[in-house]
Amino acid sequence: MNDCCTVPAFEPAVHTSVKTAGELRTIALIGPPNSGKSTLFNRLTGLRQKVANYPGVTVEQRMGRMAGIGRDDLTLIDLPGIYSLDAYSEDARVSIEVLEGHMPGTPKPDAVLLVLDALHLTRQLMLAAPVLALGLPTMVLLNMSDLMDARGGAVDPLLLAQELGAPVALVSATRGTGLDSVQLFLNQHGGKNEQPKLMLPVLGNAMSTHRWAAQVSSRTGYRAPLSAKATRRVDAVLLHPVWGPLTFLVVVFGVFQVVFSVGLPLSNGLQDGLAHLGKWATGFLPAGWIRSLVLDGAWNGVTSVLVFLPQILLLFLFIGILEDTGYLARAALIADRVMRSIGLNGKAFIPLLSAYACAVPAIMATRTIENKRDRLATILVTPFMTCSARLPVYMLFIAAFIPNIAFAGGLIGLKTIVMLSLYAIGFLAALVTARLLKSSILKSSETPFILELPQYRMPTLRSLGLRLVDRARVFLKQAGTVILCVTLALWVLANLPVHGGHGPELGESIIGRLGHFIEPVIAPLGFNWKIGIGLLTSVLAREVMVGTMGTLYGADPETQSLSLQTALHHDLPLGGAVALMVFFAFALQCTSTIAVVRRETNSWKWPAVQFAYMLALAYGAAFLTNIVVTALWG
Amino acid sequence: MRPLRRLSELEVGETGVLVALELPPGVQNHLMYMGFVPDAQVKVLHRAPIGDPTVYAVDGIEIALRRETAREIRVDSGRLKTKPEMIREAGHEPTQEEPAKELVEAGR
Repeated sequence: MNDCCTVPAFEPAVHTSVKTAGELRTIALIGPPNSGKSTLFNRLTGLRQKVANYPGVTVEQRMGRMAGIGRDDLTLIDLPGIYSLDAYSEDARVSIEVLEGHMPGTPKPDAVLLVLDALHLTRQLMLAAPVLALGLPTMVLLNMSDLMDARGGAVDPLLLAQELGAPVALVSATRGTGLDSVQLFLNQHGGKNEQPKLMLPVLGNAMSTHRWAAQVSSRTGYRAPLSAKATRRVDAVLLHPVWGPLTFLVVVFGVFQVVFSVGLPLSNGLQDGLAHLGKWATGFLPAGWIRSLVLDGAWNGVTSVLVFLPQILLLFLFIGILEDTGYLARAALIADRVMRSIGLNGKAFIPLLSAYACAVPAIMATRTIENKRDRLATILVTPFMTCSARLPVYMLFIAAFIPNIAFAGGLIGLKTIVMLSLYAIGFLAALVTARLLKSSILKSSETPFILELPQYRMPTLRSLGLRLVDRARVFLKQAGTVILCVTLALWVLANLPVHGGHGPELGESIIGRLGHFIEPVIAPLGFNWKIGIGLLTSVLAREVMVGTMGTLYGADPETQSLSLQTALHHDLPLGGAVALMVFFAFALQCTSTIAVVRRETNSWKWPAVQFAYMLALAYGAAFLTNIVVTALWG
Repeated sequence: MRPLRRLSELEVGETGVLVALELPPGVQNHLMYMGFVPDAQVKVLHRAPIGDPTVYAVDGIEIALRRETAREIRVDSGRLKTKPEMIREAGHEPTQEEPAKELVEAGR
């Protein structure tokens, strides 16, 4: 359905012959968190795995063929970052199970590419000991070597190779340098199995491993580069008791203001353009039911969702900047105090923030939370965060119902305030629910908060651009599949049964009767029957609501000539409109989220509880909202 | 011998040499793999706006810990490494106000 983050299913390279001993087929990428494994994975496979600048971006194994260096026959596995081979959290356990060949559906790797961040080699070498002890052919890649050189660091890769008994290469995944050595390594190890022949420290003892790593780095002439001072200077402001939170608030308000002041005109322009295009193109179709099906049904429904693409891309741009610069980890740090008061720790804030884009990857990202009960609580409250699929619904109803009133000398408008309030009530619901869970069924002792803060980095235009392109593709695909199907079905149901060659009045059609049948349930919320149909279809995904409105109001002769906003404005009381937005803030209308919660909790119990709880909360809150808004402004 | 201090007692800008960790084994091991090993130099960089957690620089990286974790880490705040002992570590650029704050770990 709403495949916010799915990648095409991977098919392993086809091998007809039986695998001979030592033959290379599967290669694993392993290394500490934020050392650049996924960037390297993308280089070597030509794929576009998500990369960002915080530890814990990759939380599950991803496979791809090494087409980027012309080795389609080899499968590369990208793994979550680990500090050691002790599984401290769920994502680390994935890496260890894959390395040991215990992960169902993932072949045991025949060789390992160990990626170490050359900027912090001494500490990163601590992982080399247990990985080399696995006995697999291993190549050590010192990533970010370009930055090491630029900042005056040095290491002798030949000496290091001797020390480790494994080939070593200086690479830069972002620039794509040094990858020919990977190719050489893979070619050489095509037919033989080489055992490392080095003296490894006693495993499992961090102290001795560290001593070994320090000795190795000293013997190989490692000179650590000077740290970029920029990070500490920026943090002096962003973690400042006053300037830090203030900057954060200004940025958040600014983003929403931009979504309105820049995004809305873009949307409206797109809407006009698409409406004209639809009229012009369907002019070539014969007048009658076919033209009506295409224009009033499909085109109206699909384009009413499509017009929100600019706003969604603006939001993703903002989230992308947060993730790529390294600010996300700081946000988790600042939020720790609040999170602790509800019984969670700051780490849970990273998935919650990324849920502003989409709850599905956010729920996956909870794997970095070490405590199982904390993780479950976070999964259960994540869908309360305002994901981008709610944005079209909010934008449509705010544009239709909330007047343009400026406050603070025109700096902020009423529409922005309403939007921010909707985001705020979602966040509050998440906090309160987490507090309830953590003080009752999911009570546990506190887990320590340990978080590595990455250096700030300038996001590259390429990385941000790719995110937007990928996002736009997902959005268009959704509009062209789910929303198209729903709107076509709705149009058909709105035009049946046919009596004497004429379609029925909308209220008498199948969809109309269904709508009127469920109307008593939703009438107390101030909704009409068309909204009721929208609530049913939006269980698939929230933005289907907007497409449904587009089709139903397009199929009704009375409202056909009006824009969707005007049609809604005439057909729905203000109380019902605000109640609807509140309903969407709380309800779990997303089959993808339900599916991922089932997978991550390994039971139907939790998604069922979550769905029922969120529905009850949504109904109750919408009911109250309708009463209050109608009493005050109705 | 100077009395040891808790890491949580160090002020922002202070540096100490780590002496011992007194944490549950799982947490302790995790921290050691992140660089919190005996003899490592730890510097207090920032406190979060409400005063907790705190960001520490260790082994060239920055790690945030809560007060209750930092109080179980013992440091010697007077024993700084002298120049000849010094081996330059990532993230520790010698400057005038912090003359010798480098970690000596390697090669002994």
